[in-house]
Amino acid sequence: MEVTTGWYLVLGALIFTIGGVGLLLRRNPIVMLMCVELMLNGVNVTFVGLATEFGDINGQTVVFFVLVVAAAEVVVGLGILVAVLRRRPGATADDLVELKG
Amino acid sequence: MIDVIVFACAAAMCLAGAIGVVAYRNPVYNALSLVLTLFGVAVLFVSREAHFLAVVQVIVYAGAIVVLFLFVIMLLGVDKAEELALDSVGAQRPAAVVFGLGSLALIVTMIVASDDPITGAGNVEFVDPEQSNVSRLAFSLFDDFVYAFELTSVLLLVAVIGAAVLARKQRRSDEQVGA
Repeated sequence: MEVTTGWYLVLGALIFTIGGVGLLLRRNPIVMLMCVELMLNGVNVTFVGLATEFGDINGQTVVFFVLVVAAAEVVVGLGILVAVLRRRPGATADDLVELKG
Repeated sequence: MIDVIVFACAAAMCLAGAIGVVAYRNPVYNALSLVLTLFGVAVLFVSREAHFLAVVQVIVYAGAIVVLFLFVIMLLGVDKAEELALDSVGAQRPAAVVFGLGSLALIVTMIVASDDPITGAGNVEFVDPEQSNVSRLAFSLFDDFVYAFELTSVLLLVAVIGAAVLARKQRRSDEQVGA
């Protein structure tokens, strides 16, 4: 038995789907951000799997940029969350509907 | 054979961690499950000879992003009483599960059903087997994608300034409330 690229693609799809379902199921905004990280990691697994398959280093370069964007996203997202949750402790994603102008 | 064992262990780590992120009610457990998944992904990167990315994955994700998550969780206090029963749209939960299973089935069918799952133009780039992963990645990053690389510095600067502005505004309004 040999590990083929298809295995990596299926695993990436599984991680992506679990993250997506978690994003829809959970109400805690912090956990929702973690689920977004899961989805990004699923895509990263796919990129690296295909990069090795093609012998193309550009797939790994894309993963590098995904890491940078994920870091920036988490910094800004958690900053907003801290600002919201300090004012309204225990706010869920549904409570953010009150944010108006 | 060792490949299969490594892949199986890493995949088990990834999936167990991913399910933990979704299933645990305590946000601290969620964050630690996320670390498990990230380490599993790092092992997969090593097995695909993406050594630099594996190191960066551990340092940036496990070392910085998860610590940031834990910091915010600790700052705001662990809220165990998340209302999982709370459901504004009645059908959302089953709809989410159906969406997940459906999209998973779609992707996996696409991968498995096709005889040759690897489609698209083959790589025409010259690959020098003498070059290490790091130096190939460096040439790609600082040569082909140097403008994108420079733009990421702008992105990070904007993120830093945004975070600082958000934090500062909050403190000022707290003082107003306190006064």
